[in-house]
Amino acid sequence: MHELAVTESILEIAQRHAVQADAKRVTDIYLVIGKLSSIVDESVQFYWNMIAANTLCQDASLHFQRIPARMRCLNCQVEFEISEALSPCIQCQGYHLQIITGEEFYVESIAIEK
Amino acid sequence: MPPTRVPVVEKILDANDQVAALNRKFFDDHNVFAINVMASPGAGKTSFILQTIQKLSPQLRIGVIEGDTAPVTIDADKVSALGMPAVQINTGGDCHLDAVMLNAGMQSLPMGELDLVLIENVGNLICPAAFKLGSHLNLLIASIPEGDDKPYKYPNIYRGLDVLIINKTDLLPYIDFNMHYFQQGVEMLNPGLTTFPISCKTGQGLDAWSDWMIKTVQHNQRK
Repeated sequence: MHELAVTESILEIAQRHAVQADAKRVTDIYLVIGKLSSIVDESVQFYWNMIAANTLCQDASLHFQRIPARMRCLNCQVEFEISEALSPCIQCQGYHLQIITGEEFYVESIAIEK
Repeated sequence: MPPTRVPVVEKILDANDQVAALNRKFFDDHNVFAINVMASPGAGKTSFILQTIQKLSPQLRIGVIEGDTAPVTIDADKVSALGMPAVQINTGGDCHLDAVMLNAGMQSLPMGELDLVLIENVGNLICPAAFKLGSHLNLLIASIPEGDDKPYKYPNIYRGLDVLIINKTDLLPYIDFNMHYFQQGVEMLNPGLTTFPISCKTGQGLDAWSDWMIKTVQHNQRK
């Protein structure tokens, strides 16, 4: 449900950087989203098509780069990738895990026409 | 001409985080401790807040900010009935409070006369986890009837917590709630999380919670 607020934020960031770069229009927006971020790509795309209309970003394509969730076990130091949001250490079954990647949530770049 | 790539590297919710930092400064400038109270609908947020007020007052002067999706003042009215200042934020259907909404609401509280502000977020286990408010503590109320699988289903909200309340412990004899399984999930997401099992109905566990709360607020005020 909070995808609307997130999408508005993406639009605001893209517009600001596009204006700074004297863009005539924005063609692409590259997003980096960690797997642990609770965001539904299709939902962002749905809102995007509505709110980007009549802006510099109209018809710009959204690209989602998903970063896998990697954890480090604080007991045995092994590093591993998890597919489920919650699973114990694959080596020692320990529960004390530290997130290495997977929480990314940013606009990496935009492509513009001048 | 081919498109030009412009590097951005900006956190998507950076604008919210910046307002959250301002909110935090506003609380700190007034020497007020703020708690973001999150939970699913029906977990007992309002009961918990009312019980907390009764336990902590008059030692601590408390204000409440009520976040609601609908323009009903049911919760705020209950707080006002206890003689505490309460502000209602109507999110207009939004599923969470964000830093900007809080910023508008908090200005209406008499901050100079308060020690503690309890912010009742919208009942939801997903969206509030994504939006920092500028509070000193993120608190979640889990409740026994919701089931023991919630940490496994809503990991993000558990990852960001500073304190966990397990409410409605009086219902444990009637509900298949495996406390060990529940706490195992919590431990995987947030090792060593400070946890208080309580019952707003019977009052069980509320003394331990309120003692901790008073110490935490006083410790913060001495800083």
